[in-house]
Amino acid sequence: MKILVPVKRVVDYNVKIRVKPDGSGVELANVKMSMNPFDEIAIEEALRLKEAGKATEVIAVSIGPVKTDETIRTALAMGADRGIWVKTDEAGIEPLTVAKILRKIVEAEGPGLVILGKQAIDDDANQTGQMLSALLGWPQATFASKVVVGEGKIDVTREIDGGLQTLELALPAVLTTDLRLNEPRYASLPNIMKAKKKPIEEKSAADLGIDLSPRLEVLSTLEPAGRTAGKKVGSVAELVGDLKQAGVI
Amino acid sequence: MATLLFAEHDDASLNPVTARALTAALALGAPVHVLVVGENARPAAEAAAKLEGVAEVLLADAPVYAHRLAEPVASLGVALAAQYDALVAPSTAVWKSVLPRIAALIDVMQVSDAVAVIAPDIFERPIYAGNAIQRVRVRDAKKVVTIRTAAFAATGEGGSAPIRAITPADAPAGTLFVGEQIAASERPDLTAARIIVSGGRAVGSAENFAKVIEPLADALGAAVGASRAAVDAGYAPNDWQVGQTGKVVAPDLYVAVGISGAIQHLAGMKDSKVIVAINKDEDAPIFSVADFGLVGDLFQLVPELTAEIAKAKA
Ligand SMILES: Cc1cc2nc3c(=O)[nH]c(=O)nc-3n(C[C@H](O)[C@H](O)[C@H](O)COP(=O)(O)OP(=O)(O)OC[C@H]3O[C@@H](n4cnc5c(N)ncnc54)[C@H](O)[C@@H]3O)c2cc1C
Ligand SMILES: Nc1ncnc2c1ncn2[C@@H]1O[C@H](COP(=O)(O)O)[C@@H](O)[C@H]1O
Repeated sequence: MKILVPVKRVVDYNVKIRVKPDGSGVELANVKMSMNPFDEIAIEEALRLKEAGKATEVIAVSIGPVKTDETIRTALAMGADRGIWVKTDEAGIEPLTVAKILRKIVEAEGPGLVILGKQAIDDDANQTGQMLSALLGWPQATFASKVVVGEGKIDVTREIDGGLQTLELALPAVLTTDLRLNEPRYASLPNIMKAKKKPIEEKSAADLGIDLSPRLEVLSTLEPAGRTAGKKVGSVAELVGDLKQAGVI
Repeated sequence: MATLLFAEHDDASLNPVTARALTAALALGAPVHVLVVGENARPAAEAAAKLEGVAEVLLADAPVYAHRLAEPVASLGVALAAQYDALVAPSTAVWKSVLPRIAALIDVMQVSDAVAVIAPDIFERPIYAGNAIQRVRVRDAKKVVTIRTAAFAATGEGGSAPIRAITPADAPAGTLFVGEQIAASERPDLTAARIIVSGGRAVGSAENFAKVIEPLADALGAAVGASRAAVDAGYAPNDWQVGQTGKVVAPDLYVAVGISGAIQHLAGMKDSKVIVAINKDEDAPIFSVADFGLVGDLFQLVPELTAEIAKAKA
């Protein structure tokens, strides 16, 4: 079974982004970029399944503009076998469009499993996996925290409100990862070197027949309502007095 | 045309986030119908019918909808979509899983986690863990929107909408429910609580959560939350996690104990009305959002605070 893992290039999770003063967007020049953390978890899970003999090949796919291949390279350095880069002029392709592109890739590659992140930490959309699953007509399990592959099926434990839920899905299926699924490995130096020789196939959205124009028009990007530091209190008694005065206890 | 609101419930009762999402749904300006989908879900439908401003409650009650698995529920949503201009749901685990499926099948780009309704086709939503707010206009003919319920007040009761039973739609096969572990708790639900006490990595163990954090929560009548570090270390269950990738809350009072205040944690609680931070590092970023900061050792300060609050309430 092949496993397809869509990985997104996003602003590194340690960067505190800045909104441009004119409201036209977020400052992205000279900002550190990384693989979306949930996608590292997705790659790790795919690699573990391959190492356990449950999968034969791990393919990393990313949709984005120049330098997106760096993110695919990171996946290859972790251990993915090959990459697919769907090149676009701009970053920020909408989840619905990404899902349509991924459907085409799935149809061409025929994986038994697609593992995505539950959300990209830039748009925080939490949509793409569900959309892909719906378009393919495959079963889905979002927010996976444990995965057990069986014969033609997969058991997935999911993080839901209030606790955990376990589903059994017929393969092929679509999963999205939650934080506690695994702890992703670091790429070793020899593997980083090896990754340089692994193939990345380039495609364009036009080749795939997908229209990239956005459906949501971004009118403006605003600074969130700020919050200023209050005061440090000297004692527990003072704190309780302040909370009473604020009317919250 | 009308707006369809998907209710969050557990069949027996309606989750209070539904009334908050209703406020957002009503802001679209069209009549609001509420869909209650589940198995033996009439009690939840009756509760939904009492919400002010609901024009009609649709009840889809069938074994296929037990546990609200995404595939059959999305099929039902697609079948109903033709009659509605807008499909709206609270951003809970169930609807985060279902709504994008519906959106894809009717070829609409979803707006996730709306925090404000500016016009029937214009919404605001947080991006980058809430460090920016995007104002977007939907160009599709229909709108599919999930609602960050912490950003909306609840609509009150006083309505008496009719309940109409609807028949199940064709459901795709392929997903089977195996089991569920839902923690039973006497405490209020995180997303509905007026007060929340959260513990971080510094709490150190599950035993310490029970010994130090929970008594303070009990003294305040509060729900208990946690940072990701505390959840990952096994000190607290996953559904207590507050943050960018956990629950987003905005209670009247949020007490952060031994939590440093990483952006991903702040994303889940910085809209709380009053924030208290207890941390031994006076430079911890959590203090930059706290109204009241207490610098010191949590193992000394929290029991003191618990006792002081018990005294104040007595
Ligand atoms: C993709 C992604 C998503 C994430 N999502 C979330 C999320 O949803 N929610 C979340 O919380 N985090 C999330 N994180 C993790 C986040 O970046 C931080 O690592 C995490 O919030 C840290 O938890 P903490 O504050 O408990 O621990 P730490 O950062 O280790 O802080 C512990 C604090 O306790 C203080 N302390 C130590 N001992 C004592 C004592 N005896 N008394 C008082 N204070 C003491 C220390 O001074 C310190 O400030 C995410 C990270 C990533 C990459
Ligand atoms: N441009 C992209 N390229 C590759 N994968 C993507 C892209 N956008 C989203 N994804 C995948 O979809 C997941 C969820 O993203 P989102 O729906 O945007 O929150 C991510 O974790 C990725 O696995």
